Order: sequence, then structure tokens, then C-alpha cells
Amino acid sequence: MSEFLDILALSVKSLVSQSAVFFALMGVGLNLHFGYTGLLNFGQIAFALLGGYGVAISVSMWGLPLIVGVIIGVLAAFVLALLLGLPTLRLRADYLAIVTIAAAEILRLVFRSTPATPVTGATRGLSGFGQGFYDRAPFETQRTYDFLGSTWTGREIWACLVGWLLVTLFSLLIWQLMRSPWGRVLKSIREDEDAVRSLGKNVYSYKMQSLILGGVIASFGGMILVLATGSANPDQFQNANTFLAYAALILGGTARVLGPIIGAMILWFIIAFTDAGLAALIRNGFIPDEILSSPDVANIRFVLVGVGLMILLIFRPQGIIGDRREIVLDAH
Amino acid sequence: MPTDVAHPLHGLPWDIGVPKPDATIVVDDLVRSFGGLTAVAVEHLEFQRGAITGLIGPNGAGKTTMFNLLTGFDQPNTGQWSFDGKSLGRLKPHQVARLGVVRTFQLTKALSRLTVLENMKLGAQGQRGENFLAALLPGWKAQEREIEERAMDLLTRFKLDAKAQDFAGTLSGGQRKLLEMARALMSQPKVVMLDEPMAGVNPALTQSLLEHVKNLREEGMTVIFVEHDMDVVRDISDWVVVMAAGKVIAEGPPESISQNKAVVDAYLGAHHDAPLTVEEEELVLAEAEVAIAAEKAEDADLPTETTRGL
Repeated sequence: MSEFLDILALSVKSLVSQSAVFFALMGVGLNLHFGYTGLLNFGQIAFALLGGYGVAISVSMWGLPLIVGVIIGVLAAFVLALLLGLPTLRLRADYLAIVTIAAAEILRLVFRSTPATPVTGATRGLSGFGQGFYDRAPFETQRTYDFLGSTWTGREIWACLVGWLLVTLFSLLIWQLMRSPWGRVLKSIREDEDAVRSLGKNVYSYKMQSLILGGVIASFGGMILVLATGSANPDQFQNANTFLAYAALILGGTARVLGPIIGAMILWFIIAFTDAGLAALIRNGFIPDEILSSPDVANIRFVLVGVGLMILLIFRPQGIIGDRREIVLDAH
Repeated sequence: MPTDVAHPLHGLPWDIGVPKPDATIVVDDLVRSFGGLTAVAVEHLEFQRGAITGLIGPNGAGKTTMFNLLTGFDQPNTGQWSFDGKSLGRLKPHQVARLGVVRTFQLTKALSRLTVLENMKLGAQGQRGENFLAALLPGWKAQEREIEERAMDLLTRFKLDAKAQDFAGTLSGGQRKLLEMARALMSQPKVVMLDEPMAGVNPALTQSLLEHVKNLREEGMTVIFVEHDMDVVRDISDWVVVMAAGKVIAEGPPESISQNKAVVDAYLGAHHDAPLTVEEEELVLAEAEVAIAAEKAEDADLPTETTRGL
């Protein structure tokens, strides 16, 4: 029983952990792209990478203050959105998908390549850039805290607090934008670009604004991730994370302000729960070693998440808080 | 048919490219080809302001391409056209729309997952809240209320007010046509271009759509529409332009069109009803006999050939 409570505590921690924050911020950006504007961005992780490395490089390599690092990270995401959008947003949706997926891989490979070592630290990554961030915490960040039945480092708590504050701010921003005429144009573009053009709106400009804003939100996700873990490493930014963020978004419900946030929390709850739960079952001999051994758990949990998503899409295609009527209309 | 005898188009010669007394859109040497196919090649064409002009022609005549060119959705190879003296040469669709030339589409483009009312509001021009930064401040609220009021008025006129809060995707085909026309009107256009407004609309609704189109003229708008239903064309057009194979082959008031030989030929093919002379008839008969004889000879040859083959 106490073991079960431990597992539950661990899972509850992951509900609000840095992973949930990271995927919530990625998802809020993706929701703007995919859920509201209909843009297929398959390289959202590239924006997070630039945000994370923007802070890491500025502080630990160039010795700049943290706030400048944040600005550099945001600017880098802004420029990436422009570069990706300029040639593709005039074309059909699939062109953006191809370009973003390629850009995400290229950036990660360049950042981990040997010639880039003097700037990015290559595969070893960067660390020791977070002091300016931790110093601002109104509590002791050096010690650990017991909270919700699990142990947290002070740095984790601080990063998660700031992270959820950002999630809240960006959600309010999206909420306000989506009830404004600006949001109406975006949603209309998702439905039919030509109709929007014929009514005198500059579709290209709106798609660009959406791409930039969603990318900048994801860059904050990257910053929180590197500040919470205390290091920036290229392999934190594998493009599989983009698809996990899509999973979170679809799980929660697209085109809903809270969709990606609820989705990210539940996704990480499920991942942590299956992870710890399976490990406990193996440890106690409920699952024989021949069928599943502890090293397999890390992989099998994603299989279970995949199965769970499939079941969700069959029985609740609109996601947890989505509107079923929209899905029905979409099928036409 | 012109409702009033003193209509400005009354008495104009029925010539292709005839100058109109008050032209709003003027097309000159417009050519658009796709590879080897010339979709549109119009030398000179004028559209009268405040009139309903029907654009007709058989399938593939270039009517929709013409619409696309005039509204910036397609770019011509050569040629130019202007609206109220302003050249629309290289303008993008949204720029054309902002000048006051708004179109609808052959396949309706209702924004399915937006409500009918939201569809309408999108049509309004010059919305402050459509700017990113302005959207964050409450300054657009007053304008929004005004737009909503106007949208509801139009929806009432188009008998869609009961559907205002429904998703546009739940509307029937005919209702979507109505919504699209109403949405175009939200932009307070000077010229409305309707691409097959009656296609797929049930006859009961056709009549009300026709009334709406006539009302546009009463309000001083210029209407250009593509339509296949000749009864509709005859009923509402002040002027009809006939296209075939990319060219304008005739223009004139609706009553002139059915008598026009070029038009009848374009629709039904040339020589469809010309009686054969005796010589021609004999020639055709002789040809047929030769053909029959050749076929018989072939039939006779066939078995021997196959046996040889075996």
C-alpha cells in the first residue's frame, strides 16, 4: 500500500513537474499553430531549443545577464519563425510541415556537432548558467523540500513556479486573442484561406504572426526546461518531443485554451504512473522477468501511452475538453 | 430584363466590347493560358456600374478563370484591367477585396467550425481588433457591437437569423450560398462577383436568392455573376456577356442572346441544324457505303488471317 502511495505521489509530482510545464508551453504554441490557425508545425522543438540555448549560451559562454539571455532566446525563435514562414506560408500547409521537421533536425545536429563545441558545448552541452535565475527565488534553492508526498529540489520548485506562471500568462494571452477579431481571422484561415482572402484579410501576414507567437511561447518552454534541469543538452531537444506535444494537445483537446495544458499534465501523469507502476510490478514479481524486465519499462510506457491515445481517439476524438460537434463537422 | 425602360444600357449596340455609359470594370487584352490551353483571351470588355451583368458560356469557357483574374486569385500572362480607373494589375486577392470588389465561390466556402454569426463578422472591413496589439486591448468592443448589429440585420434579411449561433458547417447547401452572399455584403462592397450563386440551390430558395441579387442592384452595387441556368440569367440580368473557349463571343441584353448565332453555335456546336443539300447528302451516303464495303472486306479477311496466325 505504501508502495502504491509512493507511485501515486511520484505521478502527482509529474502532473506539475518541469516536463509538464515544458510540454504545456510547447502545446500552447502548437495549439495556436495547429489548433487555431491550421498550420502544420512539425518542428516545434526547434523553437524550444533556441530558447533554451539562447539562455545557456548567452549566460555561460558570453557572460551576459540572464534577462539578456531570455531576450536573445526569444529573438532567435522570432527569426526562426520568419525564416521558416517566409518561403512556405504562401504555399499549401504541407510545405511548412516538411520545412519545420527538417529545421528541427538540422538545428539539433548543428548544435551537437564537434565544430560547434566552442559555442554550444556539442554533445556535452552547457551548464552553470542558472545562478542568476535561482538567485531570484524568494526561498532557499539549495536544499530539498517535501511537497505533495515527494521530494523536490528548491531549483525545481522555482523553475516550475515560474513555468506555470508563464503558462498562465500565455493562456490568458491566447484566451484574449481568440475572443478578439484577430483570433476570428486565425480560426477562419484554418477553415478556408481563400474565403478569408476574398474578404480582404492578408492571410500571409496572419499566418506569420501565428507562427511567430507560437514559436516564441515554445522558446520559453525550452528556457524553463534548461533552467529546471540546470543544463542544456542537444538530446533534450529531440524532435520526438514535438510529437509528444501534439499528443498532449490532442489528448487535452485542440482549439481550447486549456486543452494543451490539461493534456500535458495528464500525459506526464500517465507516463510517470505506468513507469513507476510497471517497475513496482516487476520488482514484486507480479510480472515475470521473462515477459518484461525493468530496463524495458522506459520503452513500454510509451507503447501504453500510444494505446491509450488510440482508445481516446476512438471514443473521444475531440480530446478531454474538446467540442465533439467540431469533429463531426470536420468529417465532412 | 431591364425593369425600367430608361435603363442606361438600353439601346446600346449588341457588339463585343461595346463601351458602356458608366463602366466600372474595364478589361483590356487579358490573356491567361495554362500550358497550351488559352483559358482566357479577352480583347476588351466593360462592365456597367450599378447593373447586373450575367457571364455565361459552356463548360470550360473561362468564366471562373476570368473571375479569378479579376479578383487577384490568379495572375494573367498579359493584359490589364482596372476598377474605377485604378489598375488592378498585380494586386493580391485581399487588396482587391479592400478596394470593394468581393467575390463568392462556385463551391461554397462556409467556415464550417465558426458560427454563422462569426462568419458574418469576418466579412466586415477595417476592424480595429484584427490588429494583433489592438486585439489585446478592449478598444475594439464598440466596433464589434456595431458589426454584430449589422450582421444580424443582414442575417434577418437572408432569413438566417435563427441559425446565427449554429456552426456554419451544419447549414444546407442552399443556406451556405445565402451565408456566403450575406458575408460578402458585410464588407460593404462596390462590386459583388457571384460564381454560380444558384448552383445546387433548391427552386424555392432560388427565388429568394434572385430577389437578394436584384436588391443589390437597387442599393447601387454592381453585380457580376456566372450562371448556367438561362431562366435565371434572363430574369435578373441587365446585360449578358457570353464566353466560349476563353473569348467573349457575344454581349447584349438578355433577349438578344438566344437569337445570336455565335452563342447557339457555341452551346450546341456549329452545323447542328443546317439542312444538308442534295449533293452533300449523296456524298455522305457514298462515304458510308465505302465504309460498309471496307468493313465487309475486313470481316471476310479475318478468318484467313487468324488461321494463318495459328
